[in-house]
Amino acid sequence: MSTNEVKDKEVLVSVEHVDVTFTNGRKKFRAVTDANFDIYRGETFALVGESGSGKTTIARAIIRLNEISAGEIKFQGKRISGKLTKEDRQWVVRNIQMIFQDPAASLNERATIDYCVSEGLYNFKLYENEEDRERKVDWALQQVGLLPEHKSRYPHEFSGGQRQRIGIARALIMEPSFIIADEPISALDVSIRAQVLNLMNKFKKENDLTYMFIAHDLSVVRYFADRIAVIHLGRIVEIAPAVELFQYPLHPYTNSLLQAVPMPDPEIEKAKKIVPYDASHEVLDDTSRLREVRPGHFVFMADSEVEKYRTKLEEMERTVSE
Amino acid sequence: MSEKNIILSVKDLEVKFKVRDRVLTAIRNISMDFEEGKVVAIVGESGSGKSVFTKTFTGMLDMNGEVSHGEIWFEGRNLMEIKDDKGWEEIRGKKIATVFQDPMTSLNPVRTIGYQIAEVIIKHQGKSKDEAKQEAIELMEKVGIVNAAQRYDEYPFMYSGGMRQRIVIAIALACHPKILICDEPTTALDVTIQAQIIRLIKDLSVEYGFTTIYITHDLGVVANVADVVAVMYAGQIIEYGNVDEVFYDARHPYTWGLLSSLPQLGEKGEELFAIRGTPPSLFEQIKGDAFAPRNQYALAIDYVKEPPFFKVTDTHYAKTWLLDPRAPKVEPPAAVRELHDRMLVLTAKGGIYGEH
Repeated sequence: MSTNEVKDKEVLVSVEHVDVTFTNGRKKFRAVTDANFDIYRGETFALVGESGSGKTTIARAIIRLNEISAGEIKFQGKRISGKLTKEDRQWVVRNIQMIFQDPAASLNERATIDYCVSEGLYNFKLYENEEDRERKVDWALQQVGLLPEHKSRYPHEFSGGQRQRIGIARALIMEPSFIIADEPISALDVSIRAQVLNLMNKFKKENDLTYMFIAHDLSVVRYFADRIAVIHLGRIVEIAPAVELFQYPLHPYTNSLLQAVPMPDPEIEKAKKIVPYDASHEVLDDTSRLREVRPGHFVFMADSEVEKYRTKLEEMERTVSE
Repeated sequence: MSEKNIILSVKDLEVKFKVRDRVLTAIRNISMDFEEGKVVAIVGESGSGKSVFTKTFTGMLDMNGEVSHGEIWFEGRNLMEIKDDKGWEEIRGKKIATVFQDPMTSLNPVRTIGYQIAEVIIKHQGKSKDEAKQEAIELMEKVGIVNAAQRYDEYPFMYSGGMRQRIVIAIALACHPKILICDEPTTALDVTIQAQIIRLIKDLSVEYGFTTIYITHDLGVVANVADVVAVMYAGQIIEYGNVDEVFYDARHPYTWGLLSSLPQLGEKGEELFAIRGTPPSLFEQIKGDAFAPRNQYALAIDYVKEPPFFKVTDTHYAKTWLLDPRAPKVEPPAAVRELHDRMLVLTAKGGIYGEH
């Protein structure tokens, strides 16, 4: 049971008290500590943090690329972490697809687009015959705005934006119900970003998809995500609906992350003061956990901090209502 | 464009590259003056030529590229008359220094941090080893390295990305350059580190009194750092003005497109505005306005004749036929007109910039 469950929504992915530990010789490093959240069917759930915060590690744990050292991950109510039968493993791969950050690095340079896109079909024999496979590839390419004649070309012949579309086509062709997008637009130009975001939104509507969106840029997330989790040093410090998070950023880390993102407005930018995050004010003890402060809004705090956050929230609510 | 102290003046610059028997025109006749002490931001998509443009100031074009036309005036001489690397050494690093995007690749991995800073001081200022070390440590402190004396003998891999970028800045400043070119200096860094580095460059520019040329595609960074903004598209500057003018009173449809495709301005549940298509190939001869095929406001003349720069104010110019008196009146898109209001909504009232 995760803390952020709402009755009327169907939980698609459930990450329950997950730890991920990396071992280097005798040294152990816990990259993710007690990650605990649900993703509902049909929503876009964003995981935001700096590099090294463990956001990609969680994503990789969900698609079974990283082993978890504690907790459990469920997909459609079924456990998908730990040892699985071959059938179950294939079921996971088929239903959860990933879009990677760098479209240049995630496509096989030596394979044609035709092969890149149909690789998943080959692996799982998801086509009846050659004709069927071609039909599926054409469909996927057409969905992302590429032409069938592009099939015989190689990844290097495409621009960054086009390559990212190929990455999306590759995920789409598997007809997944859940897509993890790991910084899908970070490597793209401003004018292309909007195209790719629109495309992803379109698929979400048409194909009943659920996204987990990993990003370091909160401003993109505000537009794109339904709910946002902020992660710092392997720990989720705040989860809230997108609008809510921007209105009431409670955890000091969320605050400093929001402030650090440069806004495209000279007047605002030039007036702002950067407040670096100072973790020493936070209490971390046995009682530290995510607590619900407003409906659906969770903040990581210890017993002794409850009062502090309550005052802070009341203050914010007062400013907003004024 | 005004009679202020012009530190660098570019006239009719054209740069061509030979790529497998074909000729690519990367810079298509740019003229621009850089005012001393100002922060100029050059904005554009990748491939628009913003890096190539500034590389010509220090003679750092790749082997297959050459300035085919134009002049660059700096301190009373035309830099285009410099023919060999020896001549460029007087300028490059010494007078005009560059901070590159990726701090991982711009430092030598097998030399200590201290050595790499001191090396520059010894070479360009002719100081002794001990003096250079002293100055290097001071510089390291200036750019915010704690325990600089202890960290002097460490290697780049022992530094984090943000720290490495600080070292690269220290190296660039070692010769007290007149101009600092920052080529996407924070793109590879985290947002919180980015904010620190931006601050650092700003503070140092006041202390050392250098002119900053900032290359970036991030309009948020531009809003923060710039006094003057130049927007580049397909090897040309298409709009040029003070930062407020470009953000609040943009005139070129491409600038409108860039601003309105910002996810920050997007309304939830609505489609983001996206500039359709892709930039033109610079291998081909471009006829008329390079942006015309992607421009929803394109006029018939855009496909035939290249627009000149139209003056909006003394400091604000845009290269679009829409400013011609004969052109039909066109309102900028809503997102651009309401930019400031939308941003205020986003940031005020307990939002992003609330101090809590």
